Amino acid sequence: MAIGKDEIRHIARLANLEFSETEIERFSRQFNAILEYVAQLDRLDTANIAPTFHVDGGAHALRDDRVAESIPQEEALANAPEAARGLFKVPRVLG
Amino acid sequence: MSAFIDRTVGEIRALVAAGEASATDVCRAYLERIRAVEPRVQAFRTVLDTAALEDAARIDRLLREGRNPGPLAGVPIAVKDVLCARGAPTTCGSRILAGFVPAFDATSVARLRAAGAVLVGKTNMDEFAMGSSTENSAFEKTRNPWDLGRVPGGSSGGSAACVAADEAAASLGTDTGGSIRQPAAFCGIPALKPTYGRVSRYGLVAFASSLDQVGPFGRTVEDVARVLQVIAGHDPLDSTSAPRPVPDYAAALQRGLRGLRIGIPREYFPAGLDPEVEVAARGALRLAEKAGAHLVDVALPHTEYAIPTYYIVATAEASSNLARYDGVRYGHRAEAAADLADLYVRTRTEGFGPEVKRRIMLGTYVLSSGYYDAYYLKAQKVRTLLMQDFDRAFESVDAIVTPTSPTPAFRFGDKVDDPLSMYLSDIFTVTLNLAGLPGMSIPCGLTKDRLPVGLQIVGRRFDEEMVLRVAAALEGEIGFRAAHRPPSPVAAS
Repeated sequence: MAIGKDEIRHIARLANLEFSETEIERFSRQFNAILEYVAQLDRLDTANIAPTFHVDGGAHALRDDRVAESIPQEEALANAPEAARGLFKVPRVLG
Repeated sequence: MSAFIDRTVGEIRALVAAGEASATDVCRAYLERIRAVEPRVQAFRTVLDTAALEDAARIDRLLREGRNPGPLAGVPIAVKDVLCARGAPTTCGSRILAGFVPAFDATSVARLRAAGAVLVGKTNMDEFAMGSSTENSAFEKTRNPWDLGRVPGGSSGGSAACVAADEAAASLGTDTGGSIRQPAAFCGIPALKPTYGRVSRYGLVAFASSLDQVGPFGRTVEDVARVLQVIAGHDPLDSTSAPRPVPDYAAALQRGLRGLRIGIPREYFPAGLDPEVEVAARGALRLAEKAGAHLVDVALPHTEYAIPTYYIVATAEASSNLARYDGVRYGHRAEAAADLADLYVRTRTEGFGPEVKRRIMLGTYVLSSGYYDAYYLKAQKVRTLLMQDFDRAFESVDAIVTPTSPTPAFRFGDKVDDPLSMYLSDIFTVTLNLAGLPGMSIPCGLTKDRLPVGLQIVGRRFDEEMVLRVAAALEGEIGFRAAHRPPSPVAAS
């Protein structure tokens, strides 16, 4: 299925990205080539095949919830573009 | 050239431990080599001059105090700039991580340090490990030491090039679809992608969490085994790392090929395979046979579906993992944003390069409402079929051998405008990531243009011993390193 420029714009909004018209044009061309290529998976009948989300089935995922040392707040904030009073600072959310 | 520069990991460790050279001497020699070679090769994002000399001095102090300095004492090692190292800038080849300095070491880096290794620098890579040539780095262009007009492969291009150019004794890379094995093949050195779960991913900046794995590059198979020995094993900080004992990899190296059954999948020798790659790979197989291995034809019938499956799974996971780059907690933040939503969009639009945006877009699309079943779920089912192919093949063989890459190193710019053709350069490597299997590339010959050709050795899950055993035996039979070295890339001074 071919995807058009409007759909590219919609996906860009979902991904929090913005593109120029030229970029959208190029993307939609490359996108359609890639999607056409991946469509070959449709040749395989997978009706009775279980999906593999993880090669070991996530067998080791659980552990006890124990309190332990972690990175101090000061270090956790050290890379923030803006921080204040022990918090990450961002522009206003509501107008 | 200093006497330490082309010594193996084991030799350097022995010299330092016996007090015949100090870790500081070795470190200085490598830093000097880096200064001489970097203007041409550009393998590093950051060279850690001061910190490396401090690390080396610490090793020398331990030795003077008569304490055990560790199995990698004084060995200069570089790590891909996608692994966090405390106090060293980590960019992942992206502008969006500008200024980011991690507060902690990745577990693989911490284990290298604890083993006495000296971290000499962070190496260049395709942005967020997305690419097969290192051309997608937002920064410098890393060149192949065998031919400076060609790419080193990718995404761990810097980690491969720096070892090939003797700027480090070994290095760490990461492999999501071939990003350790393909650059190793292009740069003519051995390197291993371990089984998924063998090495901790803690502190590895995530690209595709169900496929990413950390692994070593070295000048010899033994060097690779020595580094793997240190970084392998369970880590409580990574819930996907396997709680299995780590075998003695060095012991596996001497066992030879006699009596082993080696599978040759016909799907990995397709029509259109570069004839020089085919000749080199088949030559290595003949040597394996002469050394006592039995060659067995095997079928991996779903191989042709691996690349489309990979590009759905990997981009889906990437679009989710890369959602964290929003200009709030670290890295680049766009200026003059009107509000929080605008900050996200501007930061990401300014910070990510074209290939990363393309993959985030594709991943967002395949996960979006209405398409999930058609793409993502379908791909995860095909992944099951790919795993079953290998399970069946390994019922009758001990290891599988294939070419690593369908071509030798290509020229800069050859594939940048054609994402599909770039993706196809991973055709022999992505299957292992999808199935979670260990795989290694070793050099098996040179083309007439004097470009290395890589041979891939594949094992059962958690059977790195078999992979290393076959690799070490073939390395001895092929004798690549004794016969061929890259032309000296040192700038005339």
